[in-house]
Amino acid sequence: MTLDTLSGWARRLQAGEISSRELTELYLDRIERLDPDINSFVTVTREQALAAADAADQRLARGERAPLLGLPVAQKDIFCTRGVRTSCGSRMLDAFVAPYDASVVERMNAAGAVMLGKTNMDEFAMGSSNETSHYGPVLNPWDPERVPGGSSGGSAAAVAARLVPAATGTDTGGSIRQPAAFCGVTGLKPTYGRVSRYGMIAFASSLDQGGPMAASAEDCALMLNAMAGFDSRDSTSLERPDEDFTAGLDRDLKGLRIGLPREYFGDGLHADVRRAVQDALAVLRERGAEPVEISLPNSDLSVPAYYVVAPAECSSNLARYDGVRFGHRCNDPRDLMDLYTRSRAEGFGAEVKRRIMIGTYVLSAGYYDAYYLKAQKVRRLIAEDFRRAFEQVDVIAGPTTPELPFRLGEKSADPVRMYLSDIYTIAANLAGLPGLSMPAGTIGSLPVGLQLIGNYFDEGRLLNVAHQFQQETGWHQRMPAAFA
Amino acid sequence: MEWETVIGLEVHAQLNTVSKIFSGAATAYGAEPNRQACAVDLGLPGVLPVLNEAVVRKAVMLGLALDAQIAPRSVFARKNYFYPDLPKGYQISQFELPIVARGHLEIELDDGSRKRIGVTRAHLEEDAGKSVHEGFGTMTGIDLNRAGTPLVEIVSEPELGSAREAVAYMKKLHALVRYLDICDGNMQEGSFRCDANVSVRPVGQSSFGIRTEIKNLNSFRFVERAINFEVERQIDLIESGGTVVQETRLFDPDRDETRPMRSKEEANDYRYFPDPDLLPVAVHAEDIEAIRAGMPELPDAKRERFARDYGLSPYDAGTLTATRELADYYEALVAACGAPKLAANWMMGDFTAALNRSELEVARSPVTPAALAQLLTRIRDETISGKIAKEVFDAMWAGEGDADAIIAGRGLKQITDTGAIDRIIDDVIAANPVQLEQYRAGKDKLLGFFVGQVMKKTQGKANPAQVNERLRARLSGD
Repeated sequence: MTLDTLSGWARRLQAGEISSRELTELYLDRIERLDPDINSFVTVTREQALAAADAADQRLARGERAPLLGLPVAQKDIFCTRGVRTSCGSRMLDAFVAPYDASVVERMNAAGAVMLGKTNMDEFAMGSSNETSHYGPVLNPWDPERVPGGSSGGSAAAVAARLVPAATGTDTGGSIRQPAAFCGVTGLKPTYGRVSRYGMIAFASSLDQGGPMAASAEDCALMLNAMAGFDSRDSTSLERPDEDFTAGLDRDLKGLRIGLPREYFGDGLHADVRRAVQDALAVLRERGAEPVEISLPNSDLSVPAYYVVAPAECSSNLARYDGVRFGHRCNDPRDLMDLYTRSRAEGFGAEVKRRIMIGTYVLSAGYYDAYYLKAQKVRRLIAEDFRRAFEQVDVIAGPTTPELPFRLGEKSADPVRMYLSDIYTIAANLAGLPGLSMPAGTIGSLPVGLQLIGNYFDEGRLLNVAHQFQQETGWHQRMPAAFA
Repeated sequence: MEWETVIGLEVHAQLNTVSKIFSGAATAYGAEPNRQACAVDLGLPGVLPVLNEAVVRKAVMLGLALDAQIAPRSVFARKNYFYPDLPKGYQISQFELPIVARGHLEIELDDGSRKRIGVTRAHLEEDAGKSVHEGFGTMTGIDLNRAGTPLVEIVSEPELGSAREAVAYMKKLHALVRYLDICDGNMQEGSFRCDANVSVRPVGQSSFGIRTEIKNLNSFRFVERAINFEVERQIDLIESGGTVVQETRLFDPDRDETRPMRSKEEANDYRYFPDPDLLPVAVHAEDIEAIRAGMPELPDAKRERFARDYGLSPYDAGTLTATRELADYYEALVAACGAPKLAANWMMGDFTAALNRSELEVARSPVTPAALAQLLTRIRDETISGKIAKEVFDAMWAGEGDADAIIAGRGLKQITDTGAIDRIIDDVIAANPVQLEQYRAGKDKLLGFFVGQVMKKTQGKANPAQVNERLRARLSGD
């Protein structure tokens, strides 16, 4: 059977051309056969998936309709799933079985989704290459010597290899968009507050946002319909009327003003990536969009500000992993201090420790004003840059990443070079804006991502632009040969 | 050298909400360990806090009662430190922008004068859990039932000059939170407790001495004893050439002393920063007015009204308004019997004594205001004397029925028939010729003897005023 998209499968399920059980088995078999090549899953929940598929088939037989009814999906292992291990890519939570479902999981289950398993990720979502996972790196399906990006590398690689039609991701500084670009899939980070963070293990609370990753914009829209919505259990969740994100996909792009920030096309940008992005922009222009050169003058401050705010919040968020109530506990602690220090030393990996230490430092008495407060001011400047830009343009476009997927180990020894991989994505998190990455071309066999940044709550527009692009081009339909 | 004491109190009052400050778990006291701790209280991965609105309303009430500023925008911050009974590794508290700032409270000093004590701030925070050391061998148990219980921490200016003043302030605050019904005030269960910052300085010196902080004082008596001990300790130390070390101390009530707990040098850098999981709390002017409109009458206003409307002395008015329950009882009693002064005397006398004897709160009194009013009415209409009324009251307290039933059942109705009283008087005079002679010879004091004899014969049922008047006439031979 030929592999279809999430939306395609939805139509075929409803037409009765295939059952959810058959579909679920199809993908479970692919995972079993192909995932050893890329290590994109941490946990596969075969039995539960088949039971959920049978339940979905019964609902379908009764004529019920739900947005994801019977459709196989994967959850990033940062979302708590009741009764299923939720590791967050860390030894610390290797044995942690969540007693409750994250709001996103609850919503997707209610929408009829069939969860196949939990995807691999950088430890506690801290990383841009998926190399910090306790479960080993995910390999890029387009080239197994290269990284899939991170932190949602497992979800991106699984979707790219068609081991699952769609998966969830989370994005704190680019963790959905950068791996989407590296793996050649479509990924959307919604407006901060769109998708509930309840049950999504916190990295940096003021930046974290869950979102969909799939083969196409249309599939992301379908996923977002199920994921988004107000949640009283998350105080930062926004009360908005329900929206159908698939409704505006077919609008044409005539007169759409696309802002091209000159700072996103500067020196650090790989020449081939630049060319691919410009070719993609030409396609949008042919469909009626008008490019407008803009400036986001404080762009160069986003990485430094991010690496103050995110570690500060993570140093506090990860304090609960102390070996007392859950998570890893060292053997035979001598006393309380020994319990704390050894449990945390053993449970956390190097990158997590580095960020906890940076965060602890920047919040310390005497440094708080110089780092944390200053970074918060920079955040406001960056948000202000965008506010002004959106007075002139409808969406902002540019490269998702400055370069192609890099080789495993290439940047592991140089954290700062690694951090610069997110140079174009971080600003949207600092400002709370929605951002999308979609495949826009290739260099050799490797995919290149085009990033779209929208105004607050303009996810519909981003998906519309991406969908229109995907009507014209076939980049999103490409599949790595080894996984066809 | 003459020494002056400087005390500031940090009072922690547990707000009496049904659920916790950031979760839906119940706050009730005394459940099995960890039965009232939900995923949020346990700090499980992925959980988020959601502010309980009732907590904000209660804090605003407190702020209004302290005549303080209510912050239009206050912010929850994380206070980061590791402790086994602190599940998240941080306590959600308020730091830079507390909900209440700059209020004051007036206390009454021993000499009857009044002193205004500044309240620096009052902020909201969550309580931690409890470490349990008994029954786990070399291990420690953790009970998180209390984790997430809403607290308001009320910080005074260092303006209290003695242990007595500190106690007066704490009592005043205690009455206030109970009047407002924002805290049950139960000190044994820790619902109302304080830390005392204590220092001494030579009289006349304007800078403060080095202070120590005595933690977790949960009774008025302990506050007084701990501060007195600490003041004496500091003075002795300085006078013998030593210096006070800034430190946290614990009061040991069994040995009546304070002991160092941990020194401030080892204190944590709490790395406060605004909690990104919670939005700033906005309190609008119209919210404040709505809360103000729903506030009960406060102790000071009630005391003044009692003095004015019921003609009570300031002392009596103060005593009867010391707690909201006592004041409510008094008002119900006056409404039913119409005798404010008599009611006040009875409440501060026999009623309070009976409560103390039975170790009961006003609300649990077996004698209702209506029942007591009936008794007082029988005194006023001279059915019984005040003395007999005490006997009737004791019977009422013991559950023997209402006043009228007891008076009738025990035959306690006062004898007011003049003829009957005269006959008894004549019998008494006839039986005591020696005393009669002495009285007539000028020993006036013997009138009491005759009254006593008459009352004895009537088993106290004769009207004392009437007996006096008739006896005087008969003894003089009129």
